[in-house]
Amino acid sequence: MSRRTPLGQVLGLGSAKEGVSHWWAQRVTAVALLPLGLWFVFSIAVLIGSNNSDYLGVVDWIAAPINAVLLILFIATVAYHSALGVQVVIEDYVHGWTKVVSLVLQKFAHVLAAAAGVFSVLRIALGS
Amino acid sequence: MPDTDRPLSPHLQVYRWQISMFLSILHRMTGVAMALGLLLLALWLATAATGPEAYTRLRELLTTLPGLLVLAGLVFSLFLHLSNGVRHLFWDAGLGFEKNQYHASGWVVVVASLALTTIVLVIASGVAA
Repeated sequence: MSRRTPLGQVLGLGSAKEGVSHWWAQRVTAVALLPLGLWFVFSIAVLIGSNNSDYLGVVDWIAAPINAVLLILFIATVAYHSALGVQVVIEDYVHGWTKVVSLVLQKFAHVLAAAAGVFSVLRIALGS
Repeated sequence: MPDTDRPLSPHLQVYRWQISMFLSILHRMTGVAMALGLLLLALWLATAATGPEAYTRLRELLTTLPGLLVLAGLVFSLFLHLSNGVRHLFWDAGLGFEKNQYHASGWVVVVASLALTTIVLVIASGVAA
């Protein structure tokens, strides 16, 4: 019934040779973002509510090792999860050559945002 | 548009609105909104890494009324996408597919995300401190 090779079946590969990796990565990053997202939004709320959202207060908060590490994890995971999601949205609504262009551009934008965010945290945490 | 008179398949406007389709659309919209929010997060961190002038300029922009509305919208987007995301994870595990179950879980998502948004806005307003 199936012409797929035994190896292909074991690896779960589809015609795009990608298998379920996109779907699975979206779920894994989603689970990681449950604690990270809650931590981030409540931390920022406390920062603002305690009048520490000025330059010194924020830099102080970012520089604390636990915050720096969690921020880097949050940015990287959000960027990955977001790139996977926006990719699907584009694939649904954009067609033709603009689809290819926007798929590439959205990936670049996500990598740029992640790099800028992570670099900024490192610069603050390690001291410029 | 095709220049024939052939009928198209039924689209959104012919269906009675239900919580499921409402949340499905909102899940996608909040996701896209937060993708733009990620750019704002990167900008916020970059200004903090650049120095007090750049940071203060962005902070002043974000504390105007439109700026605060954008931030509140992003907080709501995060909670709606997160709670509805949990709902999706349960579906992935094969749970909650009965009609009464997915209607109920839909309303739980709406109430939870509104409640969590309110809590965060109260904390950020400084009343709780």
